[in-house]
Amino acid sequence: MTSLFEEVSDPAPSGVPVRRITMTLNGERRTVDVEPRLLLAHLIRQGFKLTGTHTGCDTTNCGACTVLMDGEPVKSCTVLAVQADGHDIETVEGLAGPSELHPIQEGFKDEHGLQCGFCTPGMMMAAKALLERNPDPTEDEVRWALSGNLCRCTGYQNIVKAVLWAGDKIRAEAGEEA
Amino acid sequence: MYPGRFQYEAPKTIAEAIAILTEAGPDAKLLAGGQSLIPMMKLRFAGPTVLVDINSIEGLDHLDLAADGSTRVGALVRHADLERSSGLGAHNPVMAAAAPLVADPSVRNRGTFVGSLCHADPQGDWAAVMVALGGSLIAQGPDGRRTIPVDDLVTGPFQTVLAHNELGVEAVAPAPKGTPMGGYLKLERRVGDFATASVAVSVDMQGGTVARAGIGLAAVASRTLNATEAADALVGGPLTPDRIQAAADAAAGIAEPKSDHRGSAEYKRHIVHTFVTRLLNRVASSMEKVA
Repeated sequence: MTSLFEEVSDPAPSGVPVRRITMTLNGERRTVDVEPRLLLAHLIRQGFKLTGTHTGCDTTNCGACTVLMDGEPVKSCTVLAVQADGHDIETVEGLAGPSELHPIQEGFKDEHGLQCGFCTPGMMMAAKALLERNPDPTEDEVRWALSGNLCRCTGYQNIVKAVLWAGDKIRAEAGEEA
Repeated sequence: MYPGRFQYEAPKTIAEAIAILTEAGPDAKLLAGGQSLIPMMKLRFAGPTVLVDINSIEGLDHLDLAADGSTRVGALVRHADLERSSGLGAHNPVMAAAAPLVADPSVRNRGTFVGSLCHADPQGDWAAVMVALGGSLIAQGPDGRRTIPVDDLVTGPFQTVLAHNELGVEAVAPAPKGTPMGGYLKLERRVGDFATASVAVSVDMQGGTVARAGIGLAAVASRTLNATEAADALVGGPLTPDRIQAAADAAAGIAEPKSDHRGSAEYKRHIVHTFVTRLLNRVASSMEKVA
């Protein structure tokens, strides 16, 4: 149990109400008390110390803070932490297994899908939602799905290649299992 | 950036939400998708004392493509629900055309159709669509429900006729008076930017004749515009080049765009003309294919 408001903003005067919320974060049930104005991005970063989720523009444009809420990408700087109550939240830390990278992470590594890396967690989470819905996307579909995520380094070319690479790998693995 | 402090309420019923709004007074705000409100609160353009989150209210997430041809959109239907609806394209082609153009994919997962109408941004996509379709908002307050044509909803930028304790529960696009046709075009510098100019055209065709028409314009005035004269120029006849030209002239004529970093007023007016022409030409050529 953590009270978070004092960590992420000026101390709340006594009497400011907090709400107890329970969410699933990367598969684990977490319960915390939060001040209602706390943003989900700040709960994840400062509260749970999962700093893979980046806050970029803080104005709903860049998508660096993208996490999955019930499997769908959302901009966590534009969701209140209290709204995550009862929901399933997945961050970039939930991608890799104990010993190996997620195919999307492998794709970004193999295809040089990152340079500075700031946009990468958001890109990967948006890509994960796409590949779960559509494991065999066209290049256009990848570009469309990532259109809410900005990258100022790569020109997107290698990001798109990385996601297509991951799709190929995920389909190949599914084929082996079948 | 943090929003200012507020009291957070998450009612389970519409009646409970209205009671909280009534008690809290005009400084309370409703929260649905929050994709406009939360950014405004972070920038301190909005500072509600009480935030009433309606996401826990059941029965507001219906997207009803009714047998009579009407389309009913509950207050918690997200833009993405419309974008992914398999039946919407044939049922309501104007809505289907606009859905993938609203904001960006992540914002579409949270933001709501009804919230967009109630937010009354002059650049909002859905208000232009609903004006073209002749649609209405159903609002519920302490005295029950009332139906407000979307054309009468907006009084100015971010201002509506809704009372502080009224909740937009559903938006309704009426049944078409023929085969529903038309579309939505939006010029934006990049995905997620506000529109430079956008146009919604709805035409209900009976044979080769336009039985009903509506044209809505966004981002070219301080409120959504209803180009009634342009629509009237189309009704009662076929979509000939002359009639299309007359409609485009009339629509561009009522636009009141401002020159800014997205383009000059003259340019934006030109875009309106081009979009009206393009959308109507598309309908005309698909009619030819059918004939």
